[in-house]
Amino acid sequence: MSLEQFINEAISPWLKEDGPDSDIVMSSRVRLARNFEQSPFPLIADEEQMESILYFMEKEFNHHSYLQYKDLEFVKMAELKQVEKQVLVEKHLISPHLADKSKHGAALISKNEQVSIMVNEEDHIRAQLYFPGFQLEKALEQAFQLDDWLEEKVDYAFDEHRGYLTSCPTNVGTGLRASVMMHLPALAITRKINRMVPAINQLGLVVRGIYGEGSEALGNIFQISNQVTLGRSEEDIIDDLKGVVDKLIEHERHARNLLMEQSELELEDRVFRSYGILQHSRIIESKETAKCLSDVRLGIDLGFIHDIPKSILNELVVLTQPAFLQQYAKKMLTPNERDVFRASLIRERFTLEQKEEY
Amino acid sequence: MECQECKQNPATVHFAQVINGEKTEVHVCQQCAMEKGYVSQEDDAYSLHHLLSGLFNPKSDETHQQSHKTQETDLQCDKCGMTYQQFAKIGKFGCASCYHTFAEHLNPLFRKVHSGNTAHEGKVPKRVGSDIYQRKKLRDLKVTLQQAIAEEAFEDAAEIRDEIRSLEKDLNRYEERDES
Repeated sequence: MSLEQFINEAISPWLKEDGPDSDIVMSSRVRLARNFEQSPFPLIADEEQMESILYFMEKEFNHHSYLQYKDLEFVKMAELKQVEKQVLVEKHLISPHLADKSKHGAALISKNEQVSIMVNEEDHIRAQLYFPGFQLEKALEQAFQLDDWLEEKVDYAFDEHRGYLTSCPTNVGTGLRASVMMHLPALAITRKINRMVPAINQLGLVVRGIYGEGSEALGNIFQISNQVTLGRSEEDIIDDLKGVVDKLIEHERHARNLLMEQSELELEDRVFRSYGILQHSRIIESKETAKCLSDVRLGIDLGFIHDIPKSILNELVVLTQPAFLQQYAKKMLTPNERDVFRASLIRERFTLEQKEEY
Repeated sequence: MECQECKQNPATVHFAQVINGEKTEVHVCQQCAMEKGYVSQEDDAYSLHHLLSGLFNPKSDETHQQSHKTQETDLQCDKCGMTYQQFAKIGKFGCASCYHTFAEHLNPLFRKVHSGNTAHEGKVPKRVGSDIYQRKKLRDLKVTLQQAIAEEAFEDAAEIRDEIRSLEKDLNRYEERDES
């Protein structure tokens, strides 16, 4: 398979689209946790109970369509290879928990990969919707419609006083987790982000990096999400998050302008050094990749680099993950081999771009 | 900001909780967060269950806990069999009925996790919660009615009043049916 073809299949179709404020907000996600009223939660349910949930979900929803989300495909975890599950994790279509722990887990994934409904994760149902750029309200609106559509068939566990009942007390009430993935290089370079995080936390929001395993927010990509799910309406939760994200966008733009005014040459140097590393390195580990990709993306946003598309950050962040590399290589790779393979994939990707120029 | 546990790596996991105006913050690196059990590697990114299970720790509220101790250990969900002790240990419910079984102990927990809130605001399922949905709609309509009256929009108010009446009639019918 050519790299071009591989990329086309590897990148979720919605991720290729441009969204509002997509120079800073990479994606918006809304997730609703729901459970069947009559069955114990997956944590303690026995095989038979979990299989009956799987059977029900497959029977009622497999190959059905809802709104523009066509042909939901029912994918059983038990029928996937380890690397296939890992690819779904790296595409954020399923959680690591579903991939590793849920023997009786499954996911209903729409053709455009914008909707994914996990079955028998920590809760019976975890429905999530992704949108490119900053579109939390639209995501919530469509998540509500998806929820109503599911509810036509599913008897939800709901209590008038406590709301939607979930396995973990941190999700009870709305069952809503809204999150936004942000690229904040200027706030990170100027170290302003360190002072902003505690303030954001005080508002009941959580800030973390996207690469769970690392110890830093690699690639200057931060994920902001709500923590409180009980006692606030979904609209209020989204409003709060939206308010904070708006402020962060404003601060990031301001910091970018300041950097350009005060140290344009240093910034340009940083961008092109990273561009050079990505274009020419023969061995590159994921941490360095993330840093360089962040610099190059910033360079595109600031107008230093014209010959590569903005989507390259979103794209290569996913493509250079371990399982994707192995899928492209069509074999298991040791960590060292991965670094070599990663470097060659990135080089090829940039060559592809230059070919298109002519 | 450096990690408050190892004082070496930059802090990347940040929690804050405000309980009755009193704020506690935790800033740690991913490694320490995992070691201390604030986050778990395999679970979803937001899982706080380890942090939660700490909330049940008797040390935090000794006198209160002691008086309830025998009672708590006796509690067991008759639907799924989960005991209060198991719930306190893993920090997760076994089934929907657990919410009723452990009801009297949940408010302090929810307050800590959800900034002082204990009751749901927001979406109600249309089918399963149809009477709840209707009752919520009724409450909302009554508020709108008051607003309409205050704004002297009497034509609107009359319409809303009619809607309220027909909704109340429906709700009464539901309740009679349930009783019979």
